[in-house]
Amino acid sequence: MKAPLATFTAIGAGLIILAGYFFPISPLREIQQLLLNWAVILAGTAAMVGIFNLLITHLRKFNAGKGKQDIYSLFLLLSFLVTFIAGIWFGPSHPSIQHIITSIQMPVETSLLALLAITLAYTSLKLLQRRRDWVTILFVASTIVFLLISSGLMTTGMNVEPFQFLLAILNRLPVAGTRGILLGVALGSLTTGLRILLGADRPYGG
Amino acid sequence: MELKGILAFVIVIGSALLIIILSFRKLQQKLPFDLRPFPALKRLQRAIGLAVEDGKRQHLALGSSSMLEPTSASALVGLSALDCVTQLSIASDRPPVATSGDGTLSILSQDTMRAAYLKGNAVEQNPFYNGRLVGINPSSYIAGTLPVVYDEYVSTHLLIGSFGPEIALVSDAADRQNAFVMASSDSLPAQSVLFAAAQEPLIGEELFAVPAYLKANPAHRASLHTQDILRWILIIALVIGSFLKLAGVI
Repeated sequence: MKAPLATFTAIGAGLIILAGYFFPISPLREIQQLLLNWAVILAGTAAMVGIFNLLITHLRKFNAGKGKQDIYSLFLLLSFLVTFIAGIWFGPSHPSIQHIITSIQMPVETSLLALLAITLAYTSLKLLQRRRDWVTILFVASTIVFLLISSGLMTTGMNVEPFQFLLAILNRLPVAGTRGILLGVALGSLTTGLRILLGADRPYGG
Repeated sequence: MELKGILAFVIVIGSALLIIILSFRKLQQKLPFDLRPFPALKRLQRAIGLAVEDGKRQHLALGSSSMLEPTSASALVGLSALDCVTQLSIASDRPPVATSGDGTLSILSQDTMRAAYLKGNAVEQNPFYNGRLVGINPSSYIAGTLPVVYDEYVSTHLLIGSFGPEIALVSDAADRQNAFVMASSDSLPAQSVLFAAAQEPLIGEELFAVPAYLKANPAHRASLHTQDILRWILIIALVIGSFLKLAGVI
């Protein structure tokens, strides 16, 4: 163990917070709340540190001067500086700052989503070319079936009883699949958390 | 304490005991079951080896999950994978780069890389700026990650963490650069788009198996065995519950 103090602090804090959930008694609950408040403050400070780290990275890139990369980095640094100063000067709820957000950030994010729609359509078309196993075929088939069901094209036969029965089964399949995947993820999350609590995994360099 | 609370307490304590017991190497050798073959992770190890030989870099996208959210487990798995990848590529000319969308996660990624270099007695090679916060919302995270894909000589991408469906843009960009992409997430929308967009997608709890296959740590193997045992208990409970419901008992 390279950093026993960090390890004991992390395990101790984790155990207190976990115990606070199971035994909501007065002193334990208060300590748990205090630790969580500290964590929120630390997370805010970490965001600031992360942003400065990002700026240093782009300053390095700009100084290295590798063609178009340095122009992007310069653009990022200038945009950051302008937004940061304006944010400090006017406050985040000022109409000018809100105007910057709605006029620049929103259109950029929307265009990114439009790009995503095209990318997804293209990659879905390429999927069968890349992988030809039964899971992929099932994935493509189910995508087509559910697209057809939710498109409203099959409304004519909806009143027929066997068709209704089939639709009821089909609509339950994704729910069952989703629950199965989420249960697996929950079990994985539990064991990952326990590894940290037991000190087997130490992502804090301990 | 309510019945639900007691049950959760028993599951947590029982799982912790199982991990501790199964961590003993001698017991692991005697177990009648072993980790199942995972060809995708074999291909990942090969891709990391090739990247080191070619003087290329590995990229770990850790996602935007905060350490204060329930989705942090996937980010912790990402950090564990970062530790393994950094140790595997310690001899490389280009150190791995980790991108994250949360301040705490970026600091933890820097610390994880530093610890890995320290283990390999090469701490002077560790560039602190390679654990990066690239954007603090999902769109800016993707926008900040794309330059890493295009401009930083990356040949292996490991996308492990909490993402939105927009992660498909990173996966597609990496694919266009002929890089190896293994991707996994705890979010369902991201899993479905990554199944279509990534070369090697991992579904559901496969995400949590990555560290155990990358480094043969007894605790990781024990945690994977515990996960399997808990899954079987859950399956049996669900089947019995369904039969009891059919019979009108519950």
